[in-house]
Amino acid sequence: MTDLLKNRVLMLGFALLFVAGCSSTATEPEGSGSNGMEESDMEQQGDSDADSSDAYGAGDGSGVSEEDMTAEERAQKSLDQAKEKAMQAASTIYFDFDSSEIRRESQSILEAHAAYLAEDDDASVVLEGHTDQRGSREYNMALGERRAESVARFLRVNDVSEDQIETVSYGEEQPAVEGNDEEAWAENRRVEINYE
Amino acid sequence: MTRIHCRAGQVLTLICLMLTTLVAQADMVVRVTEGADQRMPIAVVPFGSNHSRDAPEDLDTIIRDNLTMSGDLKTLEPSRMLSLPTSGDDIHFRDWRVLGQQFVLVGEMDFDAERNRYILSYELFDVSQQERLLGSRASAAPSELRTLAHHVSNRIYERVTGIPGIFNTRLAFVTRTGSGNDVEYRLKISDVDGYRDQVLLRSSEPILSPEWSPDGKELVYASFEGGRPAIYRQVVSSGERRRIAQFKGLNSAPDWSPDGESLLLTLSKDGSADIYEMPLDSLEPRRLTRHYSINTEPSWSPDGERFAFTSDRSGNPQIYIQSLSGGEPERLTFEGSYNAHPIYGPEGEELFYIHRADGRFLLGSVDLETGEERVLSGSEIDEAPAMAPNGRLVLYVTNAGGRKGALEMTTVDGNARFTLPVRHDGIRDPAWSPLAE
Repeated sequence: MTDLLKNRVLMLGFALLFVAGCSSTATEPEGSGSNGMEESDMEQQGDSDADSSDAYGAGDGSGVSEEDMTAEERAQKSLDQAKEKAMQAASTIYFDFDSSEIRRESQSILEAHAAYLAEDDDASVVLEGHTDQRGSREYNMALGERRAESVARFLRVNDVSEDQIETVSYGEEQPAVEGNDEEAWAENRRVEINYE
Repeated sequence: MTRIHCRAGQVLTLICLMLTTLVAQADMVVRVTEGADQRMPIAVVPFGSNHSRDAPEDLDTIIRDNLTMSGDLKTLEPSRMLSLPTSGDDIHFRDWRVLGQQFVLVGEMDFDAERNRYILSYELFDVSQQERLLGSRASAAPSELRTLAHHVSNRIYERVTGIPGIFNTRLAFVTRTGSGNDVEYRLKISDVDGYRDQVLLRSSEPILSPEWSPDGKELVYASFEGGRPAIYRQVVSSGERRRIAQFKGLNSAPDWSPDGESLLLTLSKDGSADIYEMPLDSLEPRRLTRHYSINTEPSWSPDGERFAFTSDRSGNPQIYIQSLSGGEPERLTFEGSYNAHPIYGPEGEELFYIHRADGRFLLGSVDLETGEERVLSGSEIDEAPAMAPNGRLVLYVTNAGGRKGALEMTTVDGNARFTLPVRHDGIRDPAWSPLAE
């Protein structure tokens, strides 16, 4: 499961890189570019990402100023950094018993995810709420939902758009750790942040 | 606490010639609260046999286990019997008076080869009156001998207590087995003693909260197949099923109305977890609770006018009641910081729920008239109470002592508790069918 998750995150990472690359051209259709330029640009990126300035230069001489490019590069760079931070940040947030309050130590983790999501409109997450096995199964289903909602609210407050977030609660049904002690329970009271 | 073990087939060797083959049975452990044993003593004498076939089931043992499980009767171990009569003419009432028995059941099995049916002739006597209360003959195909035993159990229980018997009702429940990527959820039904189980649905995703329709023909439940929760309705006999709710967010905790026409369920489509009523014809939910806290686990009152539910609007989960026609909810539980999953008692005069005390989760009850709160079970993690359709027993899942999911029952007064002999690994969410017609 964790291996699978890691793979998924890695693949998502690559996919996002690609999307980010595309969108830097695709989102400025009204600028100077023709369809021809955009295509060659993408091919260039596919071959090598080293000579991007050549590609712009070769593709079209007019309407693309040096300043614009720098700003774009800067944006790309900050996006990459935000994403790297988000990917490196933990993707599981833990909670106290019968609580959906976000602990202080989880805030910086969520801020990293929020910073990236706020910057990249195309990225989206599914927040999976979970509880430990004690207490009532259906109450736990609602508690898992509230934990996921609590994380969603934190992200929204930090400029992540509503459409980028989906929540689902599994209640106590999918423990991260099987076991019947405080250690296992603590690891199971969680929200998992999964990039789609 | 006293412990009574009912074991099949000790000392029966005395009359082995007359006996049908004994089926190995698990122990049924009964715990009775000291000094509060008001169960009526009954002797179920091992049945005689007038045929040479090996019957596939041991009927007197099944009947003995059933009557013990009723909570209202106490059965005598065959090893303690002084004589083993098989018909009324052979009974020496003194033998049973000496043993303090109030009732004696005797019977004989025949086999009709032409019709391929077993026939049980049985007689029930009142010991002190020396009076025959029942004398009857019942038959069944070899594959239906457990049905026959449940039928006879009902006749005896009803004759002695005047209360409808539950032995031919059924349970629905969910099991979860395996771990990691090999988890399998199964929606199952079984006889009330846990035997003769059948799988209705398998899934690698969670299945939760089965509930019977009031006519006993259908189940509703929540299933996560496809990765998102939805509510399904399924005909038990045919397996035909339909998705009836899949709103954004929670789709949870369905409870069928007493008139069969609508469900209460928990949705979060409008923000927080709230309780809705959804008519089964329109499938358009109407919101009943409005609070930013958790509101879930609705349970209809028997008259269909109110519902009990769990809400943590006070800061932790407690039990509330609200009218279907609106108005403010009334808080019912005040003991402890965790009370959840309420179910109504049969007359709507009492609620049963899960109560947390000293880190343990136990079955609790509250009297709706006096407000008195009591604790009925005594293990570590009990959950998911379900009411017997005759109102005499509460069934729940216990996870005591490392055992994962066993079914326990307690009488509604808490005086006697039983562990069901048949184990289903990873059992959760039991639901008890209505009384058969």
